[in-house]
Amino acid sequence: MTRAALLVLADGRFPAGGHAHSGGAEAAVKAGRITGASGLESFCRGRLHTAGLVSAGLAAAAALGMDPAELDAAADARTPSPALRGVARRLGRQLMRAARVTWPSAELDALARQFPKGAHQPVVLGVAARAAGLGAEDAAYCSVYEGVSGPATATVRLLSLDPFDATGVVARLAPEMDLVVGRAVEAARRAVHDGVDVLPAASAPLLEIGAEGHAGWAVRLFAS
Amino acid sequence: MHLDHTHPHTHDGPAALSADAHRPDGRRRALRIGLGGPVGSGKTATVAALCRALRDELSLAVVTNDIYTREDAEFLLREAVLPPERITAVETGACPHTAIRDDISANLEAVEELEDEVGPLDLILVESGGDNLTATFSKGLVDAQIFVIDVAGGDDIPRKGGPGVTTADLLVINKTDLAPYVGSDLARMAADAKAQRAELPVVLQSLRGEGGVTAVAQWVRERLAAWTA
Amino acid sequence: MTTATTGGVRATARISARADGRGGTALPVLEGEGPLALRRTRAAAGDEARVMLVGAMSGPLGGDHFTVAAEAGAGARLHVGSAAATIALPGQAKGGARYDVRLEVAAGGELRWLPEQLISAAGSELYVTSRIELAPGARLVFREEQVLGRAGEEPGRLTSRLTVRLGGRPLYDQEVACGPGAPGGWDGPAVLAGHRALGQVIVVRPEFEERVPEARLLGECAALTPLAGPAVLVTALAGDALRLRRLLDEALATLG
Repeated sequence: MTRAALLVLADGRFPAGGHAHSGGAEAAVKAGRITGASGLESFCRGRLHTAGLVSAGLAAAAALGMDPAELDAAADARTPSPALRGVARRLGRQLMRAARVTWPSAELDALARQFPKGAHQPVVLGVAARAAGLGAEDAAYCSVYEGVSGPATATVRLLSLDPFDATGVVARLAPEMDLVVGRAVEAARRAVHDGVDVLPAASAPLLEIGAEGHAGWAVRLFAS
Repeated sequence: MHLDHTHPHTHDGPAALSADAHRPDGRRRALRIGLGGPVGSGKTATVAALCRALRDELSLAVVTNDIYTREDAEFLLREAVLPPERITAVETGACPHTAIRDDISANLEAVEELEDEVGPLDLILVESGGDNLTATFSKGLVDAQIFVIDVAGGDDIPRKGGPGVTTADLLVINKTDLAPYVGSDLARMAADAKAQRAELPVVLQSLRGEGGVTAVAQWVRERLAAWTA
Repeated sequence: MTTATTGGVRATARISARADGRGGTALPVLEGEGPLALRRTRAAAGDEARVMLVGAMSGPLGGDHFTVAAEAGAGARLHVGSAAATIALPGQAKGGARYDVRLEVAAGGELRWLPEQLISAAGSELYVTSRIELAPGARLVFREEQVLGRAGEEPGRLTSRLTVRLGGRPLYDQEVACGPGAPGGWDGPAVLAGHRALGQVIVVRPEFEERVPEARLLGECAALTPLAGPAVLVTALAGDALRLRRLLDEALATLG
């Protein structure tokens, strides 16, 4: 693995569409559940241990070379909200485009042919990590970091939150990100032998319900 | 099941290189023209007028990049310049310039989707959300770009320059009919624009006036002729 | 057999439902034990067999391991309810309690699993797994409701994983984890936001292959969503068990 490749893939400026999504933060802000840095931290912590863990497990499993189609079905079963399934596939397709140009690979080409409308983003992320010469842990780190930094950046725009405070939130969550990555990778390694059912399935009911509401708004800053 | 570790370098299959002039099936894709410019300068009105002028001769579609609503897309729908399946709104997470320049992935999805769903298309107009004078389109997204400013935004904008005014393939100075009311000096604007842009063309237009969008439509036809040549 | 070990009580209940060949449903297996007693009760519909889980002891307590297994064969219609809420309590034995639910429905069979709430009392620690295997063509209504703490008390530690597979493929797989010691943020704005009752209803019908109901919100903190298959999920958060039940019942009623 190369650390520099990890930074390229984890960079918020990697052109894969993430900037237009708030990871549920916009809905939580509108509902009054995030009003400042402490609410943002609590939101990000909950997201990290639920949707974040699930995504990291899928990404790690894909990076280990598990069948992307099986992982994609497992991702569907772990995403009850159709709005979020749609978002995950759109972002997966956007990431696929960026990754294929950045790290040309037969596996990415095959995945693109198999899922012309997009596979779940964490699955694509794992295959992209392989193409970049990265491992399961790297894929899981990219996934959890994006899952926390996305809502933090979005909240800076939504609440005009002090960007230093938002970055402080992300930094304070770093030890828990390490923990979640450890759990995700451990589960992914077991899944290689025991199948996708042993991958994490932690749920965040308000993220799912909030996403359905958000999808119906006429006026919003973020796509999700 | 495990995938093997072979990495041959290929670009075939769906969603190949962004700026590639051909679709995966080998056919030439539609010409993509971007329209950018400050808020309220008349981008959406120009797009609507172009659609009316060109829809009888060309197969057209539009992608809008709204800042926080779907209003531009809905304006076009209300004006019925094109059937709804030919208009797609891209959401930009409060950063319209990012979506047309730094991370064009959502816009590329939108243009390809339009070609897949309603194609074959001759022309796709990609309208930016109203932004500032520095916003320009990535060459990975569009083949040519039009920058729209208006006389009411201040007649010193051409003199100040900026990437949009200086480098756009066509500069449109819109709402010339308002010049007397806002005290803008059209001759000076045209001269400043010429100085900033050397040989690049400038059109002064009033969509309410007699010529309307004719000059811009003619410029689009010329670009299309060059594209398909 | 109920086995009391130093670690707690192990108990299993089994139900098998079969079409009786006369338009009704027979129960060739109906075995409860210890804290998991079963009673056949009068069914609302003529072709349905109705079974009540009757709690003969309190529990599950720490160290207990309960298993309930039910299956409905082709043409059988089985309805399982419970006489009262299940309360997870701290026990004398060390460690958490386990409650495993194993359900199977054959093609053309129907299972309506509608027990009362699970209440996670202060100091308790319970791990629930519900695994449902459906054959293509099976029908299911599955409800689970979790109440975090008895009135006015802190919740216990509760983890509940619900997995539904249809034709061997994953249809729904979600795990709720809450209470003291649960991974961080469980009570925060992304997960429960202070709500003390949460519930899911999953409805699987073969006719949803053709047309599945559209997603819709049911108030602030509840939604009906189509899953990636012939199924819908109602998920709801509420302040208390009564309001939660009302939300779930209303959503179920709209499905007809």
